[in-house]
Amino acid sequence: MIVNRRETLIGRVLLVLLMVITIVPFISLFVTALHPAGTYPSGLSWPDSPQWGNFADAFRAANMGKLLWSSCLIVLGVVPLSLLFGALAGFAFGHLRMPGHRIGFLVFVLGLTLPFEGIITPLYYQVRDMGLLNTRWAIILPLIGLFMPFSVVWMRAHFVTMPDDLSEAARIDGASTWQLFWRVHVPLAMPALSSLAILLFLWTWNQFLLAIVLVDDPQKRTMAGALGAFQGQWGTDIPLLCAGALLILVPTLAVFLIFQRRFVTALLQGSIKG
Amino acid sequence: MSVPITGRRARRARRPRAAWLGWLFALPAILMYATFVLRPLVLTVQYSFYDWNGIGASTWVGLDNYRRIFTDSELFATIVHAFELIVFFSFVPVLLGLFVAATIRGIAASRLAAVARTVLFLPQVIPLVAAGIMWSWLLSSTGLANELLSAVGLDRLTRAWLGDFGTALPAVGLIGAWVLVGLCTLLLLAGMSKIDPSLYEAARLDGAGPVREFFSITLPSLRQEIGVSVTVTVIAALASFDIVYIATQGGPGNSTMVPGLEIYYLAFSEREIGMASALAVALVLLVLAVVLPIQRLTRDGSR
Repeated sequence: MIVNRRETLIGRVLLVLLMVITIVPFISLFVTALHPAGTYPSGLSWPDSPQWGNFADAFRAANMGKLLWSSCLIVLGVVPLSLLFGALAGFAFGHLRMPGHRIGFLVFVLGLTLPFEGIITPLYYQVRDMGLLNTRWAIILPLIGLFMPFSVVWMRAHFVTMPDDLSEAARIDGASTWQLFWRVHVPLAMPALSSLAILLFLWTWNQFLLAIVLVDDPQKRTMAGALGAFQGQWGTDIPLLCAGALLILVPTLAVFLIFQRRFVTALLQGSIKG
Repeated sequence: MSVPITGRRARRARRPRAAWLGWLFALPAILMYATFVLRPLVLTVQYSFYDWNGIGASTWVGLDNYRRIFTDSELFATIVHAFELIVFFSFVPVLLGLFVAATIRGIAASRLAAVARTVLFLPQVIPLVAAGIMWSWLLSSTGLANELLSAVGLDRLTRAWLGDFGTALPAVGLIGAWVLVGLCTLLLLAGMSKIDPSLYEAARLDGAGPVREFFSITLPSLRQEIGVSVTVTVIAALASFDIVYIATQGGPGNSTMVPGLEIYYLAFSEREIGMASALAVALVLLVLAVVLPIQRLTRDGSR
């Protein structure tokens, strides 16, 4: 490729600039978290005596251990079931193509753009009538429903590309449709399933609206929902708030850094398909 | 989709009973979707025709709630604000993303770009709530934004950006732009990497400069990616909730009130369920009305 020096240089400078803009808020958060509790530190100044204890205080104040557990339970409730239901339906719409599959699929596609605010009001009364308000199920069950459009569309996009010959061969060997799904197609769908799992994990962990509407007790919410409550309670103590916010960021950041490559591909593909 | 019709017919004929089996596979997904999305959606539409406080009896008011969206200046303002946010959530990240992606295309394979891919994704990974908290601090009266302004001698511009009637909405928009610019840049960059490099070689040999190259090669090839970026960001703007809730709670006054937050307040603190539902229906339709044309524009040509 013909690229001249000057253009490369401009490109580098621009890229670094964009990275700095992305990173600075994180650094500011970190530096602020190290100032003595209750002070109003200015900008990016490094404190005279870094208060590492702030993190421990925030951990205790937000009851972080319990919160992590709660978020994990919610993720464990949402993600496996969404993957299973999404894969089953994606397989049906993309591969079995039963009569009427087009209309069925279209109904799911239409759900892709639905803002959660659009159904939150009746959802509250429905969850209340089911007796689930203030339990983790109040977040888990609706989230599975809300993730269905994306999961189904995502899995269908994978199953559509699977050649019919593959299934024919398995059927000749006497496999039932159920066996065909589990023995042949699920193992082949692992890359699509794992990307979907990453996206669903992230969206569940970061879910805010459902958490604050359907669950009053911050200890039973998602991490993001609990952070909202934490802000309400400690909003005036800036360093403590920053420490808390940073602690709540850590789990997703850690998962992100571990599965970096998968994550980036998943998110890019995710927005293309969504 | 490319399966020959005859093959499919033959298979169906061989196992006539299994033809409907697919619906059994789709059943769990359909049940969850119907119970927790479609049913509430229908109820939203139903509630929107009533005046109801959530506890007592409800009265049928027909289209009154919808009429109020257009006559009540406070409610209508939320929709106007949502559109103003599109400028920051959508136009700024997409245009900036295009510019940056086009500039760094030449070094897309370098180590620096690999690092950038990770760094630029950070805002996408963290909860929007956390982004809101970070930025409320940065934009506060003693925050970094003001400190930088003072450092370059623009003291008179400093203010509490999120607390000022004139700047609160753009400040909220800025937070959204920060969250979305990385995603847009990387989406567009991924699209650019699919363009045949020989096109650029040919353009260079014909004496085209970077600008000409951008408009005749890059932009037309990115139709789909641009469509995706605009769709994702426009939905984020119209349905914004988390950031506004944390950063301003709709204030000062109502200057940053958006439909999502207004629905929340109407339904759960003012107990105007009917009005909240009407606004919810309006929001759902608004998103569809904006997103569907974008999809048509950007998809049809490329298929």
